[in-house]
Parts: sequence; structure tokens; C-alpha cells
Amino acid sequence: MTELQYKETVVFERPTALTPTQTTYCPGCTHGVAHRLIAEVIDEMGIRDDTIGVAPVGCAVFAYRFFDVDFVEAAHGRAPAMATGIKRSLPDRFVFTYQGDGDLVSIGMAEITHAAARGENITVIFINNANYGMTGGQMAPTTLPGQKTTSSPTGRDVELAGYPIQMAELIASIQGTSYVVRRSLHDARNIRQAKKAIRTAFEVQKRGLGFAMVELLSTCPTNWHLTPPDAMNWLKENMLPVYPLGDYKIHDAVKSAGI
Amino acid sequence: MTKELIKGNIAFAEAAIRAGLQAYFGYPITPQTEALEWMSGRMPELGRAFVQAESELGAINMVYGSACTGARTMTSSSSPGISLMQEGLSYIATSEVPVVVVNVMRGGPGLGNIAPAQSDYNQAVHGGGHGDYSPIVLAPANIQELIDITYESFDLAEKYRCIVMIAIDGSMGQMMEPAELPPFREIKKEHPAWAIVGAKGRKPNLICSLNIDEVEHEKVNLRLLARWNQIRKNEVRFKEYYLDDADFAVVGFGTAGRIALSAVRAAREKGIKVGLFRPVTLAPFPEKQIEALAARMKGLLVVEMNTGQMLDDVMRFGKDLSPVRFYGRPGGVIPLPEEILREIEALATETIPADIHPRDLWFDRLTAELGLTYEAA
Ligand SMILES: Cc1ncc(C[n+]2csc(CCOP(=O)(O)OP(=O)(O)O)c2C)c(N)n1
Ligand code: SF4
Repeated sequence: MTELQYKETVVFERPTALTPTQTTYCPGCTHGVAHRLIAEVIDEMGIRDDTIGVAPVGCAVFAYRFFDVDFVEAAHGRAPAMATGIKRSLPDRFVFTYQGDGDLVSIGMAEITHAAARGENITVIFINNANYGMTGGQMAPTTLPGQKTTSSPTGRDVELAGYPIQMAELIASIQGTSYVVRRSLHDARNIRQAKKAIRTAFEVQKRGLGFAMVELLSTCPTNWHLTPPDAMNWLKENMLPVYPLGDYKIHDAVKSAGI
Repeated sequence: MTKELIKGNIAFAEAAIRAGLQAYFGYPITPQTEALEWMSGRMPELGRAFVQAESELGAINMVYGSACTGARTMTSSSSPGISLMQEGLSYIATSEVPVVVVNVMRGGPGLGNIAPAQSDYNQAVHGGGHGDYSPIVLAPANIQELIDITYESFDLAEKYRCIVMIAIDGSMGQMMEPAELPPFREIKKEHPAWAIVGAKGRKPNLICSLNIDEVEHEKVNLRLLARWNQIRKNEVRFKEYYLDDADFAVVGFGTAGRIALSAVRAAREKGIKVGLFRPVTLAPFPEKQIEALAARMKGLLVVEMNTGQMLDDVMRFGKDLSPVRFYGRPGGVIPLPEEILREIEALATETIPADIHPRDLWFDRLTAELGLTYEAA
């Protein structure tokens, strides 16, 4: 018997900043993708020891189980205020919040807006999936006109329930911000661009350049009642027109830092 | 150290700074605002953290975040602002991070007014936020005591990893008195082992008020209760005046207690053997002391700047042992020493009907005196 000779080459593995834990996300949900991108950035920048995460209330409420970094769990919408408190007391640590659209755009509108206005030197990862995932798919401020949810059963009626809030545009309009972009997680090319943006957002914080927010268009196959691939397509066809991808604010200081 | 004339709001702010305060977050509200203003100058000048938050909701969650790093952190506000903070306080209590909160109470409910009141007693002592938890609540009655209590409050909060609330009222926030400020303490350099500071060389720390497994959260509740029982055993504080030979006692905290002291002195001059019992910790409440007091006295008079919130606690421990009378002025009205003196005289001479609640008797007396009529109960 000759011994089988082979050489193992690792082509893909879990980022070390993610714990070897099964997530609580539904199959095909892009929350998991967003987690992975953040963890890859933490690994690549070598900042695991200095990073503090602030988890939201929403499907990512257990985010602290999945990242191998120090974490706090905020009240619904208050993550930017909590992050402010942490960052002001530990200015040399990396502090990021991870928030859904109910958390950030609805109940936490004041906290995010004022953290942005103060130019808090934090990184905000904002998951826009056009509904309240965790509570079972109710209408969010980001729900599209006509979109059916459990609390807009005949479709969001703008006469009664108003229009979606374009958060990247809104936050970018605040003078205190440094880096505000919108990316999407619906295909590989966009996922790569999302990762670059997350990296930039952390680099902005590293250089003390102020407030950075990356809005990520995400899928919620469970509450959209679509298969994961159909959800990707739905995002592409319906969300992109309402939430155009792009760089909404890149402060001169960020540009000249060459990041 | 020499005494200086100092305003209550500034006194507690500066005392906190000298106790090694590292971060302050607040929002303007009368009659507390001078504290925020003082902090806005002093904290940055000392290289410490200060943020005027977008709201009290923002402020308390900044406090929460900062306290999670182990930094000495505080906020101050007044009644409506403290109401807004209750969400954060519930999370903070569950997470067992030490924070200090000063409530410069004003007339409520609602927007009420900016006059001094004690009507947040129940909110502070019996709840406030949702869930089972108890903060330590301290009620000083003069500026020196306010300074001393604030200075010590951080040690207490850290010892028990709990909320310490200092409950004063608008008059104490605004009044000036000669008082001595304590020496500067060094800023803490070490972070406690539980703090969120980055997981260098260890597994991540988590500060969280969530336990999706109810059996685990039951344990958190029981741990909080075990800690509270320690606090009840160790931290009860009160002041007694003229009680050694007394037949009657007035019970009052904070400013009401202070005004009652003038009335007690005036009554003594008239030959009435009356003293004052002033709870300093409203929580833990001096239960045993009230019980013992009631057993010794021929009658108790509870005086408050509300409609009898502490009265219920006094009754819980004392009513079977001694007749209880109540006098209160709610809504921002301060009782005068003459009013309390009159009540003491009545306490010493009239029999208190056992079958009518002291609050009902007081209600009838006060409304008659004010010429107000309401639908009968
Ligand atoms: C103060 C408060 N109000 C309401 C809730 C209930 N709640 C939990 S998650 C959630 C919605 C979260 O939705 P979103 O932020 O869009 O995140 P997703 O679940 O979609 O990721 C709500 C309303 C709560 N926990 N706290
Ligand atoms: S409910 Fe939606 S957002 Fe939440 S984990 Fe499932 S798919 Fe993702």
C-alpha cells in the first residue's frame, strides 16, 4: 500500500473574528453575510483586541454571540448613544454599532442623527431590509410604497403611512459626518464592494476622522415570503430604484487620507 | 479646607468631579441645569468626557455605554427627564453596571412646574423602569450632606454594581449654603474585570440585559435580589433629632425633613416632646428603625412634599404600633414650618381615628383649609 500523498490548501475559512457558533439567522438571510464582512475587516486590520461592538434590538440581537470581540447589547434604537458613551470613555478603541432599519430609522432616529451630527468617531453598519424582521415582518420606515407587510396587509399606503426614509441621503446631509455610503448584498460583486466600504468605515475611525455609516441593502427571505434567490432578485428590482447605491458623503479629510 | 458659599447643583457636580468622575452626559432641565452647565466647562478642562445629549434618553444610554467601560459615570436631571431615563435605568440595573443619577425633583405629574417637590419618591424607590430591580436612593437635606453623599455614591455604586440615585428637590438644587468641598481623588486607572474595553488576551466580555432563556434570567433576578438584600443589611442610613426623650416623632426626608426640624424646635420651645426621624436612604428604607420608632412613640407625623408616598412605607412598618398622621403639600408647594408646627400640636393633643387612612384625613383638612371642594369618594 502506498501512502496517499496530498497537499491541503485552505481556500476559504471562517474569519477568526467570528465565533464557531451557529447563527440565529434564517437560511439565505444577508445578516450572516454582513457579519462575515465585518469580521473579515476586523481580521485584516488586526483590531480584534481593540474592538467593541454594540448589538441592536432586532434579528441581530444576538450579534454578540457571533463576533469574538467585547460586546454590549443596547436598548432598541439606542446603540449610537451607547456607542457614544463607550467611545468617549475609550477614545482609542474601535466602536461599531450594527443596527436594523426599525432600530436605526424608527425608534432610534434621534440617537443616530445626533451621533452623526456630533461627528462621533464610530462606525455604523446599517442593515436595511425594508421591514421589521424579528417581530415577524411589520412595516418599517424603509418599507417600499405598496409593499405588503403584516402591518400593511394591503401594501404600504403612502397616504396613511408615509414614504420610505432614505437614510444614507439623510445622514449624509448632516455636516458632522465623514463617510456615508449605501451598498447592497444581493450579489457577489456588490458584496465585495460592501466589504470595501466597511473597511473604509473602520479606517476612517482608525484615523479619528469621525462618523462613518455604511447602509447595506439586505434581504429578509422569511418575511418577504421568498426563496433566498428570489429575495436577492426582489431586492435588486424593487429596492435599488428607491435606495440608489452610491457614496453620499466622503469628507475631504477621508479623500485626502487616501482610504 | 474652608467653607464656601455654594449652590446645590454646582455642589454635587463638583463633588462628583472630585470623586473621580470620568464621564458626564446630560440634558438641560430646570431646576437642575446649572449642574450640566458646570460639567460642560469643568469636564473638558480636566480632559474628561462630557456630552450634552439630544435627550434624556440619549443621555442615559450614553451613561450606560460609558459605565460599561468601568468609567465613573453620572447624569443628572429633573422629574420629566428622569421619567425618560427609566428605560435606560432598567437596562443598566439588569446589566449590573455602576452609575450615579441625581434627580432634582420638581412639581409633577406631567410637565408640572419648576418648583421643588418630592413626588418622584415612588418612581425612585418602588420602580421606575420595568422589571424587578432596586436602586439605592439617597436623600440629603442640606448642601454639605449632598456633597458628602455624592462624593461617596460612586464607591457605593461600584461596590454593589448598582444604580445610586440621589434624590433632592429644586430648592436644594437652587439654594446656596456654606459648605466644604472634598479633596480631589485620582482618576481610576484600572478597568474592572467585567468591563468592556476590548478582549485583549482573553475571551470577549459581554454586557447585556437579555437572557432569552427565562431560567437564566430568573437567576439574574435572584442575583439582583441577593445583592439588594446585602444592601438592605449594610446601607440603611438615617438621622435622628431630639428623639431620646420624645413622645412623638415627625418622619420626613430631604427638604421636608429639614423644614420639619424647624417645626420640631419650635414645638420643643412650647414644651412638646417631639423629635425628628429623617431617612437618608429612601431605599433601602429604614424599616426596622421605623418599626422601633413607632413602638416607642405615642404618634407619628409623616411630612412630605407629595400626597403621601413615603407615608405608605411608614405605615407598612409602623401603623400597628403607633397612630400615624400625615401632612403633605404636593405639586411644587413647600410646607411652611408653621404648618408643620400646627400639625405637631394636633398630633400631641388630638386622637387619631384608627379606621380612617391618614391620607384621607389630611385630604379633608387640607382641601377645607384651601377652600377646595371635590366630588366625595
Ligand atoms: C422599546 C421596544 N419596542 C419594541 C420592541 C420590539 N422589537 C423587537 S425587534 C423589533 C424590530 C426590529 O426590526 P429591525 O430593526 O428592522 O431589525 P431586523 O429584525 O429586521 O433585523 C421590535 C419592534 C423592543 N424590543 N423594544
Ligand atoms: S427574519 Fe428576516 S432578517 Fe431576520 S433572520 Fe430571518 S430572514 Fe433575516
